[in-house]
Amino acid sequence: MSATTLAELPVGSEAIVQAMPTGRSALTRLREMGIVPGTRVRVTRRAPLGEPIEISVRGSCLSMRNHEAAHIIISAVGA
Amino acid sequence: MSNVASDIPLIAIVGNPNSGKTTLFNLLTGLKQKVANYPGVTVEKKIGECYSQHGKKLRLIDLPGAYSLNARSPDEAVLRDVLLGRRPETPRPDRVVCVVDSANLERNLYLVSQVLELGLPAILVLNMVDVAEKREWRIDAAKLSELLGIPVIKTQAVTGRGLIELKLALSRDDLPATKWRSAVIPDGVRTALEQSRGPLCETGAIHAKASLLEPLYLLSGHDPTHYGIEDSQMGRVHELRRSIDGAFPGWEDELVSARYRSIEELCAEVLRRPDQEIETITTKLDRIFLHPVLGFVNLVFVFALLGYLIFSVAAAPMDWIDGWFGQLGAWVESLMPPGDLRDLIVNGVISGVGGVVIFLPQIVILFLFIGLMEDTGYMSRLAFIMDWLMSKVGLNGKSFLPFLSSYACAVPGVMAARTIESPKDRLVTILIAPLASCSARLPVYTLLIGLLFPAKPLTQGLLMMGLYALGTGAAFVFAWIFSKGIMKGDSSPMILEMPPYKRPSLKSILLLVWQRAKAFLVRAGSIILGISILIWAASTYPKTDTEDKSLQLANSFAGQAGHFIEPVIKPLGYDWKIGIGLIGSFAAREVFNTTLGVVYAVESGDDDNLDPLREKLAAERRADGRPVFTPLVCLSLLVFYVFAMQCISTIAIVRRETGTWKWPLVQLGYMTGTAYVLSLLIYQVGSALGY
Repeated sequence: MSATTLAELPVGSEAIVQAMPTGRSALTRLREMGIVPGTRVRVTRRAPLGEPIEISVRGSCLSMRNHEAAHIIISAVGA
Repeated sequence: MSNVASDIPLIAIVGNPNSGKTTLFNLLTGLKQKVANYPGVTVEKKIGECYSQHGKKLRLIDLPGAYSLNARSPDEAVLRDVLLGRRPETPRPDRVVCVVDSANLERNLYLVSQVLELGLPAILVLNMVDVAEKREWRIDAAKLSELLGIPVIKTQAVTGRGLIELKLALSRDDLPATKWRSAVIPDGVRTALEQSRGPLCETGAIHAKASLLEPLYLLSGHDPTHYGIEDSQMGRVHELRRSIDGAFPGWEDELVSARYRSIEELCAEVLRRPDQEIETITTKLDRIFLHPVLGFVNLVFVFALLGYLIFSVAAAPMDWIDGWFGQLGAWVESLMPPGDLRDLIVNGVISGVGGVVIFLPQIVILFLFIGLMEDTGYMSRLAFIMDWLMSKVGLNGKSFLPFLSSYACAVPGVMAARTIESPKDRLVTILIAPLASCSARLPVYTLLIGLLFPAKPLTQGLLMMGLYALGTGAAFVFAWIFSKGIMKGDSSPMILEMPPYKRPSLKSILLLVWQRAKAFLVRAGSIILGISILIWAASTYPKTDTEDKSLQLANSFAGQAGHFIEPVIKPLGYDWKIGIGLIGSFAAREVFNTTLGVVYAVESGDDDNLDPLREKLAAERRADGRPVFTPLVCLSLLVFYVFAMQCISTIAIVRRETGTWKWPLVQLGYMTGTAYVLSLLIYQVGSALGY
């Protein structure tokens, strides 16, 4: 399976976070809110015009734009 | 606070946003709390009192909600600075109550792990246990308490469950500090932080005795406020930060991951989750509220309901208040002999203050509504739905709440902008917030619309909606101009938590409404009262010999001021009497009605001052016999009020929020300039077309 990002994950699918670039302020905040490499994430929904997306992580729901999600590299669950 | 107060233990309540922290604080302190602001920032400071289970007095401080001590916004910076003892006006708390959302344990424990490391005696409160239980999450509180070495208490703040246990824990004299260490700072980074201590001391950012955690949070911070550090020293701080970043790339992110690893280990021992996620009420509700079509339908319904409540339901209590002030005026008139003093009390004080207090029902409804939307969790959904629209003008969904609050009043709206991380987005939001038609414009709109279309309620309603739409549209246009064209800087990432829906805490909402209503009445009793008296005096003095009331008004200070600005406002279709109203309005918009009330009451003598103002205005004639308030003048005035920046309180809060006079002046200039140009266009084009 080729490297995909959270922005490409279809609604309803789960994945595991593989990597995130370091030293970016917005991504550091996402890490602090629980999205770190190794975390299981699920896309709950997309807003009607494609953005923002809603992610379910560690029991909480976070929304973000594709701009941030596109930096989060994911892999399939169990891969 | 007196010296005695310092003997009473100060207990800080900390937690993530949406952890139910404030509900718990309200439950413990009730009306025994004071709301103020932290000097330098408009972050609300709430201090309250309660009694322990043993009858001992305790002081509680409700610190702003935050996700991390690594501060991003003024709110989060205040939490960090108070816990580190960096704010001179707020003593470092003696104890901490960490409130967490039980159904979101890992994420909430992140902040807790940072706070516990500071070494203050602590209690962990597992709040909203009912939500966790519904999801069949089993949390072993005893085990968690054993592993952390501090008391752990399950609560449900909305119902008061667990309150007695919490109070018992608060009463303990031997409250321990945790021994738990969640993340070890790598040696290299530790040394670098140690070495940064000396230079940081020189910049005045920290004291010599500061623990290692202070440079940690100051250097890893993305904090725009940098309280306690001179602007001129920020270069040094950034330099230190860059050198650590250069030597240990990604150290900050590594630390986050390490913390989460320890939290996961901890949770593996105390938390049992079902294999399959149980569908919650939140999931079901979001299918409706965030539905591509139903979500919008619901949004329209919510605002239609708000409009109905404000314009229709509020009418009856507003009439009562109007009636009471009318009766009060008549009663005072019957008691006192005619003269300046009676005139001052009846026409200055009673009609002036009454003209403002009448909006209390609308203010109460607005804040009740906003409080409900925030407390239930619906507000975040609005931000989610509105994000695409906000993104078109360079902002994001987080600017929506401050803007929405500004429809009640720009002052809390501007204050709500403090949750926006990017200084640029925050500034743009603050600059456009007063374009939302606040409740102070409502009386002016109502008066002028009534003049325009007497006895046509449907047309009146449509025009009213049009004015709100005009202000809203203008806000988006200016947001676009400011953020795309004029200002530089990064936009905030749109990272927003969608909290689970919950039953609102009526107590918390009523407390909020009470605090806002009180602030409104205090304002009416101070600023508005002062202005009313001033306007009355300015339109009464200096006294002339003439018996002609019109001549007397024309010669008064207010009349002279009105005449002075008449050349400027004449092209807009206004005469000098409207000019007096405009001058008064620059203190506060609602003063327009008051001023005209005072001006016309003064002019016509005081025997018929209780006649509706509208009839007086409709009967007002120019020297050539044409009415003053023609439809075109009313329209021109309405547009002027939509745009013009006329509110001393807003100017003051923007000055305090932005820390300079530059931005309130920019705001005053662009808003009032637009108002003038548009009103001029309307009147001149309309006149040329023969209206």
